[in-house]
Amino acid sequence: MSAESSYYVPEQSKLPLFTATAMGVLSIGAARWAGGLGGPAIFFVGLAMLVAVMYTWWSIVVKENMQGLVNHQLKHSYVISMLWFIFSEVMFFAAFFGALFYIRVFALSWLGGEAAIGWFDDTPTGPAVANNELLYPGFKDEWPVMITPDQAANGDAAQFIGPEQNMSWPGFANLLTWLPLWNTIVLITSSVTVHFAHTALKNDNRQGFIRWLAVTVLLGVFFLFLQVEEYIHAYTELGLTLESGIYGTTFYMLTGFHGAHVTMGTVMLLIALLRGLKGHFNKDDQFGFEAASWYWHFVDVVWVGLFLFVYVLG
Amino acid sequence: MAHGPAKGIGRWLFTTNHKDIGTLYLWFSFAMFLLGGFFAMVIRAELFQPGMQLIRPEFFNQMTTMHGVIMVFGAIMPAFVGLANWMIPLMIGAPDMALPRMNNLSFWILPFAFLTLASTLFMEGGAPNFGWTFYAPLSTKYAPESVNYFIFSMHIMGASSIMGSINIIATIMNMRAPGMTYMKMPLFVWTWLITAFLLVAVMPVLAGAVTMMLMDINFGTSFFDAAGGGDPVLFQHIFWFFGHPEVYIIILPAFGVVSAIIPAFSRKPLFGYASMVYATAAIAFLSFIVWAHHMFTVGMPIAGELYFMYATMLIAVPTGVKVFNWVTTMYKGALTFETPMLFCIAFVILFTFGGFTGLMLSVAAADIQYHDSYFVVAHFHYVMVAGAVFSGTAAVYYWLPKWCGKMYNETMGQVQFWIAFIGFNITFMPQHFLGLAGMPRRYADYGLQFADWNMVSSIGAFMYGAAQLLFLYNVIATIRNGKPVSDNKVWEGAEGLEWEVPTPAPYHTFATPPQIK
Amino acid sequence: AEVSTRQLNMPQGVTEVSQAAYDIHMLMMWVCVVIGAAVFGFMIYVMFAHRKSRGVKPANFHEHVGVELAWTIVPALILIVIAFPATNALLKVYDASEAEMDIKITGYQWKWQYEYLGEDVRFMSSLRTSQDEIYGREEKGEHYLREVDNPLVIPADTKVRFLLTGNDVIHSWWVPDLGVKKDALPGIFTEAWAKTSEVGVYVGECAELCGKDHAFMPIVVEVKPKEEFNAWLAEQKAAAAEYASTIGKAWSMDELMERGEQVYLTNCAGCHGVDGLGIPGVFPPMVGSEVTMGPIEKHIDVLVNGVQGTAMQAFAAQLSEVDIAAVVTYERNAWGNDVGDMAQPIDVLNHKNGQ
Ligand code: HEA
Ligand code: HEA
Ligand code: CUA
Ligand SMILES: [Cu+2]
Repeated sequence: MSAESSYYVPEQSKLPLFTATAMGVLSIGAARWAGGLGGPAIFFVGLAMLVAVMYTWWSIVVKENMQGLVNHQLKHSYVISMLWFIFSEVMFFAAFFGALFYIRVFALSWLGGEAAIGWFDDTPTGPAVANNELLYPGFKDEWPVMITPDQAANGDAAQFIGPEQNMSWPGFANLLTWLPLWNTIVLITSSVTVHFAHTALKNDNRQGFIRWLAVTVLLGVFFLFLQVEEYIHAYTELGLTLESGIYGTTFYMLTGFHGAHVTMGTVMLLIALLRGLKGHFNKDDQFGFEAASWYWHFVDVVWVGLFLFVYVLG
Repeated sequence: MAHGPAKGIGRWLFTTNHKDIGTLYLWFSFAMFLLGGFFAMVIRAELFQPGMQLIRPEFFNQMTTMHGVIMVFGAIMPAFVGLANWMIPLMIGAPDMALPRMNNLSFWILPFAFLTLASTLFMEGGAPNFGWTFYAPLSTKYAPESVNYFIFSMHIMGASSIMGSINIIATIMNMRAPGMTYMKMPLFVWTWLITAFLLVAVMPVLAGAVTMMLMDINFGTSFFDAAGGGDPVLFQHIFWFFGHPEVYIIILPAFGVVSAIIPAFSRKPLFGYASMVYATAAIAFLSFIVWAHHMFTVGMPIAGELYFMYATMLIAVPTGVKVFNWVTTMYKGALTFETPMLFCIAFVILFTFGGFTGLMLSVAAADIQYHDSYFVVAHFHYVMVAGAVFSGTAAVYYWLPKWCGKMYNETMGQVQFWIAFIGFNITFMPQHFLGLAGMPRRYADYGLQFADWNMVSSIGAFMYGAAQLLFLYNVIATIRNGKPVSDNKVWEGAEGLEWEVPTPAPYHTFATPPQIK
Repeated sequence: AEVSTRQLNMPQGVTEVSQAAYDIHMLMMWVCVVIGAAVFGFMIYVMFAHRKSRGVKPANFHEHVGVELAWTIVPALILIVIAFPATNALLKVYDASEAEMDIKITGYQWKWQYEYLGEDVRFMSSLRTSQDEIYGREEKGEHYLREVDNPLVIPADTKVRFLLTGNDVIHSWWVPDLGVKKDALPGIFTEAWAKTSEVGVYVGECAELCGKDHAFMPIVVEVKPKEEFNAWLAEQKAAAAEYASTIGKAWSMDELMERGEQVYLTNCAGCHGVDGLGIPGVFPPMVGSEVTMGPIEKHIDVLVNGVQGTAMQAFAAQLSEVDIAAVVTYERNAWGNDVGDMAQPIDVLNHKNGQ
């Protein structure tokens, strides 16, 4: 066998079929649960199956790596795959950001009685005016939407009642008590610390690696903690819920999915940390950790976008 | 790595071999094609005459929806992924796909996704009935309860597609034999590389769309509800941002197949290889910026309307380059007309025809008359059936001897071609007339003025359906007792690495990468 | 406007817009025919002349920058030329300015409502073809699925602006001869317009999938000469006034039952079935149900306000008080429900006002 021929093609494996089964069970369970057609039992069974099989799968991959089956070329396949996976995640968030922009730029001005994009649009404003006169009298296009169109037209009988307060830019005076700012600081710091961990590893400084990585994980957890605080605050004190119209909708969906990704990223980093403690990784072989750190940087960049478009530019 | 296939059913369940997985994909997609085709037959049978004869309107809508969803996501996409699995490693001299276990996972998700989807037909309230485009609020506030199953099966189906595409990208970028530069790759590989990129880019957007639906339905959000400040049109923008690239996801691999077969039976190299690559990339790029041509009647501002019209018209340019290249490949060749070639020639003619109607649709002022009429149905069946399905059929005839070492029955193949070709045109040509005369799509019943052409169309559909059964028979007969072929090349004019391995292709190929000059 | 089964092409229609659509359609078609003839003609020639069986030897050329550039640039130029008339046609479609009259069109599952803004005239328009014709128990009439109870009436030689919206899901108001197809979106207005001098009857369809009876909500537009239209409008207004003055009158059980059956068949039977049995899991039955057998106030409320989050719409804006009273009475006393009580129009009015 020549050097190039050692691309590792694994033997038959039961993992894929089990994973697919777990995903099938999980999605059926989720559908039943979400639709109120049954309890969450099936969902959690599926989730447990998925976690178990993922754990096994990755353990095997790690073991294969330790056995030296993973040559340089295969590692490169992993790298490529991880990067494209992150790209797919970018596009997932793009859908939600796109929704936010569309709503803010087009939909609300239509509902509010103005033609959408005045600066290069010459259509008569007819239907938009009708929206405001006949459907939602009194609705004003403003962001954040504090009074939903429904509420403007129907008052308290409305299905969607806007929030009492929002999460937007509180002005410089109140900046320091503004949670999102702290969240931003925490997350950006964590991106830096994970980079320190990476540099340390590349310099064969295992101690530094573990220390910085642990700090990163803690910052991740702290971010999530703050996020939960913020949600509780919003739900209980600001009257800002999923049901409070488009502001609540976009707010929770964007920050919520981001939070879910932070959770995943934190778990990935935690695993890397545990592996680091067991002595895995060295200065030439660290893909597991690197992948997690790329993911972490991605999550961080998304947050910056969120901070700007959901919080600051209110 | 000398081991052969495992024994028994375990070979298929637990396989990591790209050829096995390719085979699984192909059979799965054919099964879905029969199922989706069966739904089409129900539709055509009901539309055979005016009046409701066989089914109720609510069931008709379920048939339309399931037909569209299953054909697009269950039949066509997996069929080309199957071909990719089989052929890409062979074409670039790789021992297997880059991530063989994930490859198997991508496949096995599909049966779960589509079983879940199909099972909704038996649920109380029935299957999804809001069209394959599932516009809100019909698919949210007014959906049957099974919509949650629909949403989650779309989720895992999307996960399968994303994993499959990442695998294909990694394979192509990382597993080419030494000397196989990008510009030496066969076009089928190129088209798949670009398709996989499109998939990774837009499947997550689809996932986002169904997630928003899920939230609107079950958790009180108002993405698509103007009362809360959302907008039902937002759904359409998101859907078509996915949906338009999706139709090129369907057709680009088909272009790749045709670009392999036409040179083989012309005995002449493909004309304009480089421009084919650039055209493919151009089509992919344009596909991201034209989506709202599906929405010319939603009341967009005129500036938007004009922009989307111009951008859409542009796609004719790179697509034209492809058509001209194929025709010029045939020019001064030494043509023979075996079944794969027949299907490819029909592809070029009928796809171009469908492209022409596409171009007509892109003219917004005329689209106010075409939109949501049978003219659109005719357009997209010309590009998807005579495009994607014909090229898929051609691919199977072309590579089947390589896969199983046996030759199909040429006479039967040609008979199938003619039945399919004629049946296809009888089915879908009259739908242009119906649409222009004013018949809307997704109609369970219609006025008497549309009766004649509907009957003709239904007869053609049954004929075309029969051709599919013949195809199935021919393939099975070939596998079981076709005439063995041992020549590596199978076809006189075929070129490429896949023809250099023995016939039938051994279980493992290119354990040692070949050196490309 | 009679359409034969032989109609193969887009109708030219009777408005400037429909004519513009037709013209650009024909232009595109001929461009495609010419290009198609060239491409396919060449292909057929090649298939004939360069077949192996004629003993030709294949050439080996495989690129030529000149021709490749040419067939990139020429189609692009053709498209640029086409873009001009295509733009002009679209500008026409969009020019709803200076309309002389506004009509609000609301899509309902599965009927249309027309409201003459500023005139206090408003009515529903639904399919007139009977279920028996649809299900083949009766010969299909000449106007099968092309007939409604109350057509939209518009004046000739007048620029009429349509403001469209939807009550529940998206519908699309399509009348080919007027060159109008516009989506009726729930919660948002869109607009379209028509102006024609051709008096006549024009039939159209709902063009956006809107659920079960998507195929059964046709559109009929009657274009009348201006004076006739004005007379018609005055009549409608008078009828509305007349109605308002008689709302206090008490109706007898028989009167209510008779009218109720009619109302039920046009408005309710689509979902709840002619026999009141509904569709299991989708639309609830009327026979023996909690609503039809329970307190009458609740029953009236369901009709007036609909049921949130279900396909049951609010009928307050669609049906008159008399019709709601009649159908409530009918539902309580038909199919062996036999509750025995009845609702009077005034009860419905009080219910509406009491909120
Ligand atoms: C394989 C799938 C496929 C492909 C390849 C295409 C190709 C094209 N499609 Fe099609 N389309 C669909 C699948 C596809 N479509 C589907 C599924 C729908 C309906 C979805 C739904 O609503 O359910 C649809 C609907 C659809 C619409 C919306 C219609 C409506 O609902 O009102 C439009 C409008 O612009 C459109 C345009 C086009 C154009 C311009 C192309 C172009 O790519 C075509 C380009 C090709 C050519 C033009 C021919 C070859 C070129 C030459 C020979 C060069 C010279 C030619 C000229 C200069 C004229 N398509
Ligand atoms: C690639 C995708 C694809 C393919 C291959 C097809 C294939 C076919 N489609 Fe397509 N179709 C769509 C994608 C596709 N379709 C989409 C996306 C829609 C829009 C859905 C929507 O509106 O939401 C649509 C909608 C659609 C409609 C419009 C429905 C409506 O608006 O209400 C019709 C009507 O004629 C139709 C017919 C057919 C026919 C006859 C075939 C034939 O080619 C099928 C041939 C195959 C078989 C017949 C199977 C083999 C035979 C058997 C299983 C045995 C039974 C055989 C007999 C009884 C003879 N399709
Ligand atoms: Cu209303 Cu379709
Ligand atoms: Cu498109």
